[in-house]
Amino acid sequence: MSLADTSTFTRRLDDLGVAVAAGPPEECATMVEAAAGEPAVGVPLGRSGPDGLADSPATLPDRVETEPTTADLRAAHTGITAASLGVAEYGSVALEADPAGTEPVSLFVDRHVVVLREADIVPDMPDAFDWLGPRARDESADVVFATGPSATADMGGLVHGAHGPKEVHVVLLRDDGATDGSDAADAAEGIQ
Amino acid sequence: MSSDAEAGASDAAGAGDPDRETKAERIRELLATEGDAVAENTRGFNDGRYESTGRLDDYEALKDEARAIKEDAIERLPELIDEVRETVEANGGTVYLADDAADANRYIREVAADRGAERAVKSKSMTSEEIEVNDALATDGVDVVETDLGEWVLQLADEEPSHIVAPAIHKSREAIAELFAERFDPDDPPETAEELTMFARERLGELIEDADLGMTGANFVAADSGTMLLVTSEGNARKTVTATDTHVAVAGVEKLVPTVEEFSPFVELIGRSGTGQDVTSYISTLTPPVDSPVPDFEDDETPLADGSDADRDFHLVLIDNGRLAMRDDPELKETLYCIRCSACSNACGNFQSVGGHAFGGETYSGGIATGWEAGIEGLDTAAEFNDLCTGCSRCVPACPVGIDIPWINTAVRDRINRGEADASQLDWAFEELVPDEEPGGLDLATRLVGNYATLAKWGHRTAPIANRLANAGPVRAIAERVAGIDRRRELPEFARESLVDWFEARGGPAVPADEATRAAVVYPDTATNYVDVERGKATVRALEALGVHVRVPDLPGSGRPPLSQGMVATAEAAAEDLYAGLAPHLDAGRDVVVIEPSDLATFRREYERFLPVDSYERLADASYDAMEYVFGLLENGADPAALRAPSEGTGPVASGKRIAYHPHCQARTVEVGEYATATFERLGYDVRVSDTECCGMAGSFGYKTDYYELSVDVGEPLREQFGDTDRTVVAPGTSCTEQLDALLDAAPRHPIEVIAPRG
Repeated sequence: MSLADTSTFTRRLDDLGVAVAAGPPEECATMVEAAAGEPAVGVPLGRSGPDGLADSPATLPDRVETEPTTADLRAAHTGITAASLGVAEYGSVALEADPAGTEPVSLFVDRHVVVLREADIVPDMPDAFDWLGPRARDESADVVFATGPSATADMGGLVHGAHGPKEVHVVLLRDDGATDGSDAADAAEGIQ
Repeated sequence: MSSDAEAGASDAAGAGDPDRETKAERIRELLATEGDAVAENTRGFNDGRYESTGRLDDYEALKDEARAIKEDAIERLPELIDEVRETVEANGGTVYLADDAADANRYIREVAADRGAERAVKSKSMTSEEIEVNDALATDGVDVVETDLGEWVLQLADEEPSHIVAPAIHKSREAIAELFAERFDPDDPPETAEELTMFARERLGELIEDADLGMTGANFVAADSGTMLLVTSEGNARKTVTATDTHVAVAGVEKLVPTVEEFSPFVELIGRSGTGQDVTSYISTLTPPVDSPVPDFEDDETPLADGSDADRDFHLVLIDNGRLAMRDDPELKETLYCIRCSACSNACGNFQSVGGHAFGGETYSGGIATGWEAGIEGLDTAAEFNDLCTGCSRCVPACPVGIDIPWINTAVRDRINRGEADASQLDWAFEELVPDEEPGGLDLATRLVGNYATLAKWGHRTAPIANRLANAGPVRAIAERVAGIDRRRELPEFARESLVDWFEARGGPAVPADEATRAAVVYPDTATNYVDVERGKATVRALEALGVHVRVPDLPGSGRPPLSQGMVATAEAAAEDLYAGLAPHLDAGRDVVVIEPSDLATFRREYERFLPVDSYERLADASYDAMEYVFGLLENGADPAALRAPSEGTGPVASGKRIAYHPHCQARTVEVGEYATATFERLGYDVRVSDTECCGMAGSFGYKTDYYELSVDVGEPLREQFGDTDRTVVAPGTSCTEQLDALLDAAPRHPIEVIAPRG
């Protein structure tokens, strides 16, 4: 990750119509609060996305139902999950299917709010697949690279929200001044 | 259709050909009903491709990388199949290698029965269309629901896809609204694209919740991990996999690549090449069985994360269905590199006009479909639509894995010609006119066009009579009935004095070799030599004015006309003859200047297959497009004042300064189309270049009765752009000239005729 990557990433998101909020991990809950509609379901950070997120100060607002039933999911306006990776050149986020339900929570809703650590942004697609290769081989990872909202042009015009979310918001956790913390988080991830 | 075609072929010398009429009628109907929707969408995709690939810094390098991965993967295919079996099984899934469609369907029906599946939901998959698994499951009472919105529309309408990526491209919004109103009779019928989409989302959402079995295709499968990649935008594939506990993925064996890392160039290329999206909304890279909990939509109490008790089950059904045989077929093998992006459909003038319902076989459509259908279904299926590839070659630079799609069409056409040849035809009557290398009984229209060089020579020898006869009513009626040449087209008029005779009569080279800057042979291609002699003379004048020692030797045809008819052996013999004729000139260090762009393209592209590599390279390196050559001379210090500058003044005279230029399709592909523009501009002309990549005439294509209307429709955008221009219209291609003449009612000239000094 470099500053250039972050600025490319946010510019791409802007092109895709994806709203971006950026701030330190401590402000995660506030940023999510502003981005999420009502009712909201989510997957606890760390159970969704990189393990290191569990130890970071980033949290979700209390109003988010983090143990949703299928009924909650069906009724939800917003789903909140973490992403494991961002791809700067494309404005893509890597969502990992996990037992905690990141995939359904990010998919069966009208708005998806994605929490991503700035440190997890890579420059381009080849970097993303270099990251995915070992994960796929060693851990059978299932990853969706999501770029903007769900879309279709099958009904005679471009429409967002074909089957998946109509809108996407990204909450970007900056790591300025918290470089050590981020490293520690990575290390923790490694140990686990 | 082979039996019909044979009947047609043997009947060709007699009265009307029923098969031919049917084809013309079908095309006319599609032009009227689906043509506009298909044209708007495909042209939009094609423009998008140019924009999106233009944003890549390393487009050509990515294409090379993608090509290399495919070559390697297909080379090692048996090994990759073994490897993916191991990795998928290690993940807890199952791999089934199905010999053919029936074998695959039997296996999938068993999986569905074991699961007790009542409903299967599917995301879009051309391979599943190929094996017709929906019908197979339906016979067991399984309710199969297509969840891709376009596919769902077609399922409701009981229609076939007209495009491999955007299957309902032929249906307008109004037609979809009508379909929904009719099928569901909703209180508040959806009308806008937004309303229609939300209506479909809700309906399908309910159906997905209750589904037991999820079926997907796979765009790529990595052997090293068993990871499959799905390229989608709607999110239905994600839901199909997540909402069901049993996942069946159907993929042709050719979808295997060695490693996950090798997905990367394809992810960057596939959306850009197809619909012009840098990347689609969702690139799912799944290593199934997936890790998501299985949502139990009937249980409202238990948290989702706990999942139902059911374990996830995964079956990768790899389909052979002719592919491993294609791998051993030198002409069809390249088809297996295809990533089904649809670039060749969208780039194709004929496809833009009629779509996949005409330009397609049982499953696949567009230029590459000839390879797929020939390999999977057989020659008969390919023969039904293979004619629609005119060899314009605009798909060649569009293909992200560099498949020579026109060549596959040519090679398959050759097989069709040979397969369908009927020895009972009265070939002896035309023996002198069709001295080709092809088997007796070949369709007469094919042979007449394929032997155009001989025909033209004969026509020019008897020019006054031949011309008068050729356009006489009764003769045209016979030509239409016997050879399928549409009487609405004007036939080219043969010149009494050929270019070669003119050059000899005027005393040969005007610039002596020892005073010349360069020495060149102007290639007297068949059209220039016998029909459009003026452009040949203009080329000689322009080159001599720039100090070139010019010769115009008598040389045989290039083989382009027989090539366009799939007469490969004849074309190859022509290449050898022409090379033999040119070799002494190449030995003497003379350049070869080519007036007809399709001949230059043949030298630079197809001759690679016909000549020894040294000969091919020698000729390709020494040959130039006429305008490319002039541009090069000017760049190297020749005096532009020797050429004709635009007229000064105002009014009608000044219109000569303003040029409307239509580059030839194949010239665009071999990247020489821009030299005319550059040369004109250097001389002070104001040039407007046509946006239309292929005029639709494509050699003999537009002459054929079956395709006359299609040909005119393909040229329509050209008429729209240049129809009322006051510019001087120029086009280097003979067939473009004929098409423009018909469309604009003004005979265009070759660019060299505008800039050459007056004769």
